[in-house]
Amino acid sequence: MHEYSIVQALIRRAEETARAHAARRVEGLRVRIGTLAGVEPVLLLAAFEVCREGTLLGDAELSIESVEAQWACRCCGCGIAAGGALRCEACGGPGQLVAGSEIELDSIALEVDDV
Amino acid sequence: MCDHCGCGDGGVVTVEVHERILASNERAAAHNRAHWLREHVVAVNLMGSPGAGKTALLEATARAAGGRLRLAALAGDLATDRDAERLRAADIPAVSITTGSACHLDAALVHSALHDPPWHGAIDLLFMENVGNLVCPAVYDLGEAARVVALSVTEGEDKPLKYPVMFHKADVVLLTKIDLLPLLPDISIERIRDALAHVMPEPLLLPLSARTGEGISSWLDWLDERRRRLFGDE
Repeated sequence: MHEYSIVQALIRRAEETARAHAARRVEGLRVRIGTLAGVEPVLLLAAFEVCREGTLLGDAELSIESVEAQWACRCCGCGIAAGGALRCEACGGPGQLVAGSEIELDSIALEVDDV
Repeated sequence: MCDHCGCGDGGVVTVEVHERILASNERAAAHNRAHWLREHVVAVNLMGSPGAGKTALLEATARAAGGRLRLAALAGDLATDRDAERLRAADIPAVSITTGSACHLDAALVHSALHDPPWHGAIDLLFMENVGNLVCPAVYDLGEAARVVALSVTEGEDKPLKYPVMFHKADVVLLTKIDLLPLLPDISIERIRDALAHVMPEPLLLPLSARTGEGISSWLDWLDERRRRLFGDE
């Protein structure tokens, strides 16, 4: 359940930002999680429910955008379909993951006194 | 002022961040990596299921290369010092990193362990034996120069397909306990290779047995090649 340590890092970062903006509370967070990042969105939400208590994120919403894995040839850049060997059909080069490994904090919505 | 309670009118501002959530782990990993490059140490993040044979692999590595290479190890475990004890008995200076409830090592835990290392003087190879787990350790960079996954022949041929994140990030997969293959007529190394090719762009599988020593020399050759690639011929 490394989702707990990811959520703790997320809450730390959001609280720092909230304090820097003198915000009353954090209203919401948007994160992007790749399907090959090794992070399970359902578990991330469950960990968030537990860890946000007593923080500035007490009733914040966590919205998770899932990013599909995409492979491309490391040599010629051609797309490679998942589900088979990760080799380029055009030139035989090895694939590399070009999307799908994201564990990113996109944005933080803060409630502040004056906009 | 708001109409209800007299507080100042609140508003919502959105702060764009676009940052990796594990950025602080990545900074700690970069620090570890720079330290090992400076010290000419090849740091290996050794991962695999509980019981895949990680500790036995290190014992066999010490038997085969202990005279030639200066080895050291950090052993990550939820509890107990047993792995580190076994490694010390095999003449590998080793310290435990007891993670409590954490299912993986992270770069800061490794960094703290390095402040009071159990070895004296220079080393060539540092093995970080991660917590036995095919999921969580894959997510955390420790600053290693090589990611090695131990997969035992008894775990099933489809393990790479079930745990793609772990295997796609590996530099090499060691197929351990091959001395058991005569007892496992249904297990085919070729099918394991095929499963690996679906998740690992440049699949590299080294079959070996820590018990008989078969295949250990290919593993040592691979480590030597890594060392040359990092530090040239020394």
